[in-house]
Amino acid sequence: MSDIRTPSSSSVSFRVNGQMVTLDLPVHALLLDVLRDRLGLKGAKRSCDIQVCGACTVLVDGAPVSACTYLAVEVDGRVVSTVEGLAEGDALHPLQESFIECGAVQCGFCTSGMLMAAKALLDEEPAPTAERVVAYLRGNLCRCTGYRKVIDAVVACGRPRAGT
Amino acid sequence: MLRPFALHRPSTLHDAGHLLDEYKGESALYAGGTELLLLLKEGFLRPAHLIDVKRVPRLNDIVVEDGSVLVGATATHRTIERSPVLGISCPIVPAVAQHVANVRVRNVGTVGGNLAFADPHSDLATLFLALDGRIMLWRRGVEREVPLADFVRGPYETARQEDEIVTAVRLFPWPARTTATYVKYGFHERPTLGIALALTLDADARTVVEARLAVGCVGPRPERLSIESELRGRTLVEVLADADRLASAAAESIEPVDDLHGSADYKRDMTRVFVRRALAIVGARAAGRDADVRYPHTVVV
Repeated sequence: MSDIRTPSSSSVSFRVNGQMVTLDLPVHALLLDVLRDRLGLKGAKRSCDIQVCGACTVLVDGAPVSACTYLAVEVDGRVVSTVEGLAEGDALHPLQESFIECGAVQCGFCTSGMLMAAKALLDEEPAPTAERVVAYLRGNLCRCTGYRKVIDAVVACGRPRAGT
Repeated sequence: MLRPFALHRPSTLHDAGHLLDEYKGESALYAGGTELLLLLKEGFLRPAHLIDVKRVPRLNDIVVEDGSVLVGATATHRTIERSPVLGISCPIVPAVAQHVANVRVRNVGTVGGNLAFADPHSDLATLFLALDGRIMLWRRGVEREVPLADFVRGPYETARQEDEIVTAVRLFPWPARTTATYVKYGFHERPTLGIALALTLDADARTVVEARLAVGCVGPRPERLSIESELRGRTLVEVLADADRLASAAAESIEPVDDLHGSADYKRDMTRVFVRRALAIVGARAAGRDADVRYPHTVVV
């Protein structure tokens, strides 16, 4: 992509949850709309639409972003991870297991964003303290206010890996 | 949903400048988009062309230059959070960066974008004012440098001309024997109040020889406070004993405005409270004590 000008649409190739996709997208398309409406990945939610609530959190090259306020063309040549890619077949990701174990889900609306943000944290820091989890997940809001159990779940998931 | 626009991705500043000239009045510079895309969604801005400067090489560099540090405009908050150069020269910057907004915004949002949008509720603008920040502006191969205090003119208003590109912010590391804090307070996404206080002591470790006090988010633009001059030349012990009066004087000297974060009176009073607290924190740290303080809805760096 060395061209100075991109017309109003662009061919965008990226890997999403392990699978390569190539789409012809308008350059003003938002990543959240592309994931939900073009690829049928409805795990990331539109809620505040201003990068505050975290319900639309997905990872781009492993880093959490707000898909609601992120141009889809930015993921060209990159790797996108959504909550749909966490489990392997019927085997849930350890974080998902931990969320279930700790009862860290109430209505579930924020859960996909919580999981993706927590995954990014654990990839960065395998055994974060509760304080670190609170700081990292500051931007993921749970309107059921079930924070305590979410924090417990992330800390618990990190712990077994601490010694390995 | 965004209104359609064309996206340009120049790979040199020269090309970016050319595009700015070509699409004058109908374009916007774009980097992280964490501020710009919000305005586009609301229709406050309707540019037909976005000029993406992220592909301009070295525009996200962080380098030491003549006793100052140049932080490139497209460096993200996460980049400055992890920058070894800043960690050594201006350690308060990475420490504050990790508390800006949330991790998603920090991964994408840039230093240049934050300053160029001049949202009055900016951590970086307040902190950088206390680091005597200067904004580098580029136009057709010519660079000019504007003190941050002059660059930010008011809410969402800067000294940047339409055809200029913010390329970097220059920061001046504090001298040795400087003790500092950045305290922010608020319960919205953006801070209600931010205070940066840095006191430099004489070799005797008693006398304040330099003082920097910046307050932001409470008014249309961050300010360095005139009471800095009352701190210089006095011993730290004297300053701390006089903290109540100094905090009141600081609060009187600002020009707060009403907004969703609270009334002007409320912000003035919170300024008084937090200047007093910042003085106590710096005082404790300068004396070698850990200022282990916790206040509600407050981040102490």
